[in-house]
Amino acid sequence: MESGRNSAVVHEQGAARQVREAIVEIVSDSGEGAQKAGQSFATVCAKMGNGVWTVEIIPAEIKPPARSRAGASGIRIRFGSKAVTNMGDQADVVVAFNEQVLYGRIMADAFREGTVILLENRWAKDADEQIRDMYATAVEDFRARGLIVHELPLHEACLKYTTDPRLGKNMFVLGMLCHIYQLNLDLAANEVRAAFKKKGDKVIEQNLALLRGGGEFAAENLTYRFNVPAMPTRQDLVVTNGNQAVGLGVMASGMDLVSMYPITPATSATHYLAGVFQNLGGFIHQAEDEIAAIGFAIGASYAGKTACTITSGPGLALKTEFIGLAVMAEVPLVIVDVQRGGPATGLPTKIEQGDLFAALYASPGDAPKVVMAAATIEECFHMVITARKLAESFRTPVILLTDANLATGQTPYARPRVREDWMAAPIDQSPWPEGVTPYEWDPETGLSRRPIPGQRGGQYVLTGLAHTKQSHVAYDPRANQVGCEMRSRKFAALASTLLPPKIHGDDQGDLLVVGWGSTLGTIDEAVERVREEGYRVSSIHLRFLSPLEPGLAEIFGRFKRVMTIELNYSDPPSGFGGDVQSARRAQLAQYLRAQTLCDVDYWSITPGQPLQPGQVHGVIMERLAAMGVVDQRAAAAHAG
Amino acid sequence: MFGLKTDWSLEVLPRYFTLEDYEGGMARWCPGCGDHGVLAAVQRICRDAQLKPESTVSVSGIGCSSRFPHYMKTYGFHGLHGRALPVACGIKSRRPELTIWVATGDGDCCSIGAAHWVHAIRYNMDMVVMLFDNNVYGLTKNQTSPTSRPGSKTNTHPRGSFLPPLNPALTTLSISNVSFVAQTVDWNPVHVYATLKAAYEHKGLSFVRILQRCPQYTPKVFEEAQRDPSLMLLLEHEKGVQADPAGTKIYTNRTQHDPSDINAARQIASREDVIPIGLLFRDADRPRYEEFSSLGADVTIEEKVQALEKELDRFAI
Repeated sequence: MESGRNSAVVHEQGAARQVREAIVEIVSDSGEGAQKAGQSFATVCAKMGNGVWTVEIIPAEIKPPARSRAGASGIRIRFGSKAVTNMGDQADVVVAFNEQVLYGRIMADAFREGTVILLENRWAKDADEQIRDMYATAVEDFRARGLIVHELPLHEACLKYTTDPRLGKNMFVLGMLCHIYQLNLDLAANEVRAAFKKKGDKVIEQNLALLRGGGEFAAENLTYRFNVPAMPTRQDLVVTNGNQAVGLGVMASGMDLVSMYPITPATSATHYLAGVFQNLGGFIHQAEDEIAAIGFAIGASYAGKTACTITSGPGLALKTEFIGLAVMAEVPLVIVDVQRGGPATGLPTKIEQGDLFAALYASPGDAPKVVMAAATIEECFHMVITARKLAESFRTPVILLTDANLATGQTPYARPRVREDWMAAPIDQSPWPEGVTPYEWDPETGLSRRPIPGQRGGQYVLTGLAHTKQSHVAYDPRANQVGCEMRSRKFAALASTLLPPKIHGDDQGDLLVVGWGSTLGTIDEAVERVREEGYRVSSIHLRFLSPLEPGLAEIFGRFKRVMTIELNYSDPPSGFGGDVQSARRAQLAQYLRAQTLCDVDYWSITPGQPLQPGQVHGVIMERLAAMGVVDQRAAAAHAG
Repeated sequence: MFGLKTDWSLEVLPRYFTLEDYEGGMARWCPGCGDHGVLAAVQRICRDAQLKPESTVSVSGIGCSSRFPHYMKTYGFHGLHGRALPVACGIKSRRPELTIWVATGDGDCCSIGAAHWVHAIRYNMDMVVMLFDNNVYGLTKNQTSPTSRPGSKTNTHPRGSFLPPLNPALTTLSISNVSFVAQTVDWNPVHVYATLKAAYEHKGLSFVRILQRCPQYTPKVFEEAQRDPSLMLLLEHEKGVQADPAGTKIYTNRTQHDPSDINAARQIASREDVIPIGLLFRDADRPRYEEFSSLGADVTIEEKVQALEKELDRFAI
């Protein structure tokens, strides 16, 4: 059976070739509209019934120098006949607006031998001799690397339709790609109309001409024709990225205050909400800093309006003290952390799963809280709703971890069926029952009812000091122990309501891969491949990190080996200089070892980009080889 | 019956609040600390205004004066060092009907919380912010504060502090959208009461700097002004603080100051030869952030569901 990743493109003649899936990239300098074209392409694919996953290629600066290797800006679209859950391996077809940005992608291992590069050739005749030389050298180098390079006069061809091809080339390319992949041009035209709706008819007409022109150009100059059969579903679908899903989730959760401070890659959730939140009566507070953002949210929450703050790693670090206060004073609060590379400023636009420890442990003292991680874009929506419910039911802050990959990736998923009970009920202002304290902890569950300002007889002073159930400062030696215990018991109560994780694959075997967050699709796909190759490998994916989903040690016991695969830093398992004791492990692995007392192995890296299924497949094969399940040469062949 | 309202018995308020209704736990401040007097003044104002204790919130940061909420029988929020203002603003944002008193100290407000101070003034949300300024960190045992005078001998600067102090009133008067700045002194309870009353009555953020002595660490910091009332400057105006004349008659040094004149206010606030007390500035027409942040409270669940469905339509394929 031909698998999608092997659908090598060859320069063929004649009829369209049917493939199960394809990976297309559009790369350019920043500001040339590659992402817009790619998103439109992806939307058309999704509308036609294909599974789609997009990944944005984002430089760290707004306008990095033109034609620079690190300045690559663009998008990858992986689409197929079945649902697509991750960015896949190497690209099949790449449209590049200049040759230098391709080096950024080569460094990211985005291409393979046989990847087709449709390259803007205007640089060959550039007035600057240095640019001409760079171009010629690069093209030669690309060919030596086994890339199939077609030099195309894209700029020149666009001049037929516009005086400024820099602004219109993206729609021309969209037309080309629609022709190559036989996408419905009318659907693409609708996307163009929607994209330029605010710019008026003249701009729309010009871009429609570019779109059609691109199609004609491809028909005249290229013989590539592919068909990725679609399997339309009758299910209602929506296409969003993860940050839009978070924004929609905030609205669906009934929260009506988002308090934030701008930080990449979290802010686009607020950008989305800013346009529409008021239609649901919501308000976005752009605070003076990250600390004030969470303080403001806590104030609103204390006053009965459970609020949300959306941030990324550095912001989470600044919010640490306030999170501790929310734990201590049991204030419901939703904190969304769209993870990026760290520490410090790290990799601001790029993915990492490095905030698990920060989410679990960052506050001083004992500060238990709910920590959840969304594994899909769809979960970015639903988990915000869950987060608010848990925050209020358990009177606790809830940290929801997503990441840059989910934030900017787009995929179709089932349209949520909105329920009225997701929305917040009016604040309870009925008189507080006499004799009930503000922390009337249930001795078993640690749960207690919360007085809200306005409730007659409920007056109490919330304090960050250790306190008694009356919220009085704890002066006696036992009171603090009791408070800690009650706050901890809540999470045992929550854990008792959770289901064990579903096992992907058999429920016993040689190797169990454990993941969390946005790597779900990639890990599952890799596990699927090794299973098809006959190996006894399964995977589980954790959504609840604190408290943990139950039954893990028991599940781990059914596999010869358990390993996590994560996008964060770890030392080699043997440590440096043979110091195993000080070896720093991947975060989930370290946490699971401590919590389950099981020998949890790990593999993790920090490339600032999503994992590729082929890469994970190679890791699994290596691990199977180390276990003696498969011989070394077979593993090397697979990994290679 | 002439002259008497026949329905007088119906005039009895269903709930009448006495001072006791605002008195929380026994205050644990040092004997002689000015905080006691400020607390009493606030409780009196609450009683005079018959504020519902359940609709009144005292918010504070960390420090001696930030224990304030514990001694009120209203709702209270005793949060983090320097962070009273973001919390207070958050409380007000969606619950504009709540009355808010903020207690903060010179370290809490002017040092660790300085960013929030600047921005809270600009948000101008309706609340009273009381800056208990005793020129020292008390709770942490005698460290230099941003308002300590140069040469102050503290545990962090045993040979005397280096820098000129920050001037909280002048700083506040320089922030855009400032709407109310007043100054008073803890050794004149009559003036404290009148000033806080004016602050409470102002719609917007009322910033009141209360100059205080710390009986433990800075007992003599205002000794000269206490001994010689001519070192004080009483600001008087029909639109200003209306203190009981009996309480202010010792002040021979007075000036008519129109609180709508911000330039004059800044000039007075920057004087170092006297301690000006009274209302420096008031502008009741500044925009208040809660006018924007509280919008949408009337949107019904049905309308929310409808609006969300419309949003989902936008993403539907």
